[in-house]
Amino acid sequence: MPEGILCNKTPVTSKEQLDSVLADKGGKKYYEEMKRLDVDVEKLQTTLQATCKSRIRTWLEMCAHCGLCADSCFLYLANRKDPTQVPSYKILSTLGKIVKNNGNVDNAHMKYCMDVAWSKCTCCNRCGSFCPYGIDMGVMFGYLRGLCFSQGFVPWELKIGSGMHRIFKAQMDVTPEDWVETCEWMADEQQDEWPGLEIPVDKEGADILYTCNAREPKHYPEDIAEAAILFHIAGENWTVPSEGWEQTCLTLFAGDWAGCKSQVENVYGAIERLKPKRVLGTECGHAHRCMVIEGPYWAGRADGRPPAPYLHYTEWVAEALRTGKIKIDPAKRIKEPVTLQDSCNYIRNYGLKDVTREIMSYLVEPGYFVEMTPNKEHNFCCGGGGGINGIGMYRQQRNVGLKVKRDQILATGCKLVVSPCHNCWDAIRDLEEVYELGIKWTFLKPLLIKMAIIPEHLKPKEEEEE
Amino acid sequence: MFYQFITGPLLWLAFIVFFGGLIVRVVNYIRGLDWQLDRVAYRAHPGMALKGALSSIIHWLVPFGSVGWRFKPIYTFIFFVFHIGLVVTPLFLEGHAVLLKERWGINWPTISMGLADTLTIGVMAATVCIAIRRIALPEVRIVTTFYDYFLLLLTVAPFATGFLTVYQAHNPWAIQDFWLYAHILSGELLLMAIPFTKLFHVVGYFLSRGQLGVDFGVKRAIKAKGGFAW
Repeated sequence: MPEGILCNKTPVTSKEQLDSVLADKGGKKYYEEMKRLDVDVEKLQTTLQATCKSRIRTWLEMCAHCGLCADSCFLYLANRKDPTQVPSYKILSTLGKIVKNNGNVDNAHMKYCMDVAWSKCTCCNRCGSFCPYGIDMGVMFGYLRGLCFSQGFVPWELKIGSGMHRIFKAQMDVTPEDWVETCEWMADEQQDEWPGLEIPVDKEGADILYTCNAREPKHYPEDIAEAAILFHIAGENWTVPSEGWEQTCLTLFAGDWAGCKSQVENVYGAIERLKPKRVLGTECGHAHRCMVIEGPYWAGRADGRPPAPYLHYTEWVAEALRTGKIKIDPAKRIKEPVTLQDSCNYIRNYGLKDVTREIMSYLVEPGYFVEMTPNKEHNFCCGGGGGINGIGMYRQQRNVGLKVKRDQILATGCKLVVSPCHNCWDAIRDLEEVYELGIKWTFLKPLLIKMAIIPEHLKPKEEEEE
Repeated sequence: MFYQFITGPLLWLAFIVFFGGLIVRVVNYIRGLDWQLDRVAYRAHPGMALKGALSSIIHWLVPFGSVGWRFKPIYTFIFFVFHIGLVVTPLFLEGHAVLLKERWGINWPTISMGLADTLTIGVMAATVCIAIRRIALPEVRIVTTFYDYFLLLLTVAPFATGFLTVYQAHNPWAIQDFWLYAHILSGELLLMAIPFTKLFHVVGYFLSRGQLGVDFGVKRAIKAKGGFAW
């Protein structure tokens, strides 16, 4: 059974393996090997038998081929209504065929499945709410990704992502030491402006345990500093865990089910160890889905809830504004047309639509907030969800997909987009790079820091004396 | 003799296959639900689950009741003309109620012949529209198979033949009772086919919509006031 050295059915679990896959720039050799990768039909059959149950089988069998899902899919719309982008067609021609043939499929089919599962679906789940039967193709593509991963048909970047999580328990090579050092460094950096600011590590019984996205310590540690500043202003009793701080799970994008489980258990381990009253995640939809929405199931929690109440960042912000822990200076409110990106993961798939709008009501001068159309639970994916933002070989497809969000933003007439989600934020940044609309985009944290009224006792002493 | 057979033992067989098959379908579906694989806590939050399921089912059962239905009004109109006719006509047709009265003395409510005719014509017209839609729209054509047309034919056959039974009854050129027999047999064939084909959505709709409703009720829309806006 031919398997490649880089492209194979075995997940990356050691540093050496990871380095050799990483050394293959752009996955050139990896994808060459994929062309000769055999399908283990028996394994596929066993997996189907054990995991493809009545819900998915019924969806595949019952689909009435009515095509109503077509217009619900932003990729269908962005690709000028290309019929091969109809969600129903996409899933029936991929997973549908695997199930129908009971796993008897070849390399070419699995390669096709990989292309469709990662470049033609972001698992935004919008189609599910437009199908009369409630057939959720996003759920099925998530499942298909799992089958693809188990057979070694996974984009190079996500093979790496899965390996990172299995080795570092983070989507990037950030060790617990790196993480703690970054926190200390960020706390030190702020001392001039924010005397007494702390980033407490591993404090037991805190009110809030904060978890984030590994890109923050790795690429923009300011984000951690901003979170700390806001907790400082709000006077929160908070902490971060030295281990189990990484809230994202590229293994979910990759279809690495075992990897999802171990990542979730790592974070839940921190919750159980430090016993915070509540857990708070960063401004990231994907991370929220990983740890709060899907996480409990990966960890085998029958009530479908995390071990402690686990909030999305927007929930905490809304609460802080509502209770006056953070007060906004009315003079500093946004006085230009501004729109809001609804992240699929915590709006459609968690229901926080009112919370984000409540925040906007504090931050924006009345009359300046403009809704996108459609919005709330029916909003379109930013175009960068489900991992597609990070996959080099699908960059072109991703850029085409961004058109729908581009047109939605243009229709609002706004030049500022508030986007409390890492993936959406990235997609909108790239959208600006590709289509040059002249827009700005922002997380909530920098806006809040700019607008918050700083309590006197938190201001630097010298300033007061001068 | 033939009439006795097709309205006697064969009819019973059709009903047994229809109801038996659908019960098996429902049982298998529910038994195949897996909270961990589906990532839906089916049992943990019964109140939220029930509310979610009902909301999902009802919004889509009512014409123009969901965002999806309102998005495609013409299709939605055709869809409901088709389905309302399919369900109401055979259940409340005078000609069918007469049989119940004769055989078991049951007084069954009926609709007028005029309404029955209107609904039947509606079903047939909707069938034509659905078929044209399958051919005309690229996004529907690409997922359409021969099987879809076969099912459409199978579904409309009892209505077309039933209509002809009534309006060809006095045609001296027609073979005696041909349309009546065709009507009875096609109706029984349809009943027996339902559990074994996509047509099992007569129960599958409630299961599948209900399942997604539970998903949103206990998991995906828990922070949305009033639940998911179907």
